[in-house]
Amino acid sequence: MPHPPLNSRRAEARPGTTPADAPPEVSPAKASPPGAPLIELRGIGIALAGRVLLQDVDLEVHRGEIVTVIGPNGGGKTTLLRILLGLVAPDSGRVRSAPGIAVGYVPQRMHIDPVLPLSVARLLATPHRRSRDELTRAAALTGTADLLDRPAHSLSGGEFQRVLLARALLARPDLLVLDEPLQGVDFAGEAALYELIGKVRTLYGCGVLLVSHDLHIVMAATDRVVCLNRHVCCTGAPREVARHSEYLRLFGPRGDQAYALYEHRHDHDHDLQGNVLEPPDARDGPS
Amino acid sequence: MLDDFFVRALLAATGVAVLAGPLGCFVVWNRMAYFGDTLAHSALLGVGLGLLLGWHLPLGVLVVSAGAAMLLLLLQQAGPTLATDTLLGILSHASLSLGLVLLGLLAWVRVDLMAYLFGDVLAVSASDVAGIWLAAAAGLAVLAAIWRPLLAITINEDLARAEGIATRRYRVTLMLLVATVIAVAMQVVGILLITSLLIIPAAGARAFARSPEQMAVIAALLGTLASVAGLFGSLRFDTPSGPSIVVAAAALFGLSLLARRVRTEG
Repeated sequence: MPHPPLNSRRAEARPGTTPADAPPEVSPAKASPPGAPLIELRGIGIALAGRVLLQDVDLEVHRGEIVTVIGPNGGGKTTLLRILLGLVAPDSGRVRSAPGIAVGYVPQRMHIDPVLPLSVARLLATPHRRSRDELTRAAALTGTADLLDRPAHSLSGGEFQRVLLARALLARPDLLVLDEPLQGVDFAGEAALYELIGKVRTLYGCGVLLVSHDLHIVMAATDRVVCLNRHVCCTGAPREVARHSEYLRLFGPRGDQAYALYEHRHDHDHDLQGNVLEPPDARDGPS
Repeated sequence: MLDDFFVRALLAATGVAVLAGPLGCFVVWNRMAYFGDTLAHSALLGVGLGLLLGWHLPLGVLVVSAGAAMLLLLLQQAGPTLATDTLLGILSHASLSLGLVLLGLLAWVRVDLMAYLFGDVLAVSASDVAGIWLAAAAGLAVLAAIWRPLLAITINEDLARAEGIATRRYRVTLMLLVATVIAVAMQVVGILLITSLLIIPAAGARAFARSPEQMAVIAALLGTLASVAGLFGSLRFDTPSGPSIVVAAAALFGLSLLARRVRTEG
């Protein structure tokens, strides 16, 4: 089934919702690439039971770009993602997506009831039929080819996310949206996962939007970081955001360390399961 | 030779089972058992309405249980403070009581309440049988047409919606299919036992199924087997037909548990 465009879900802009502190543009030089964005959110605001969850949030993702939204828990990341995916209508602002784009979504976690007899292969081929060949190729890319015949409810959290990534890739997405993709992945597997996401971006030429509350992200692999705490605190290239006062205020000195961590040189590689890859010069990333 | 009434009963019961099995899989996967029960309870109000307006009774039941499903959707949207099972409880018992009150007010009709509550399959007419099979064929055709998107919604509703599936439309269709089963199953097992035809064969099928489609087919087969076994049992032991079918289904479910145990140990 073709993906209907998510475009132009509109809500009345309410007066007086503009925050006093407009988001500081950290790096105008490293702004988004030119051309129409795949998806564009403007002035998004939403409140739930009187509590403001998001206020005047702008976000856009272009083709070939990796954007990471970071922020503390309760900072509105998940709400923003749900608005972007069309699962929740904002109180104000609008969401506009390029017509006819395919969106691949990898949710944070998903539970399959054991009462549903569903193999991983079948999960990948629902609702759209896929040939076994297609399944194997997509699963191989995310390191899950050996899971295809397992019951879907028997997977671990990390396995499940990689299976869902393979499923999203089967739709040949223009925009790939990953919610907390590093949950259930151990520290060593993060680098491999980020490398995989970079590879996917190159292979599929898609835009990628990541959401994470975790500072242990390979920020260096991100083109643009959006630091979100109900409003956009700061945005820009990871190197600049890591030094930004708003970012440091939110995450403290640990934030700085988190960035530094990912600039260190690995003397070995890990696969997605976190195993050290042998021989040490096998640097082609995840198998 | 079998009597005509018994052949009609067999045809009616198996017709219901063929639709209730696959549909019951979705009821089980989506944890809608209480929802099915609620629609079934509203069926008595449908009977009253049918008698009042001189409608064909299954039509009255279909209208009222579909209405109850839509009312539930409205209530879910209006009052996010009440849990769905609370709303179902209110709808279920309010509509059952309303049905009984309405039947009480229809003083000029003699109503065999037991026949509605527990079914009277031995009394179905040839046109009833035709109606059941027509509804079963139509219901199965609709279910087959929406099978894949409905399965995607069952797996994860947010994911399906994010991928552009009109989840609401399919959910409403599923609810209307359940209402259809209730309308035709009332004559076979009665209002109080309808949900069992949806969930027991489906639950029994789980032990043998390796894919959603297999589970649907096996559920239809188990339901058919239970109908035949239950009806012959009721003939042999002179027991009420509807409950006998349900007892047979429950026995098959018990056997499926044993089969599963043997399979996992073997």
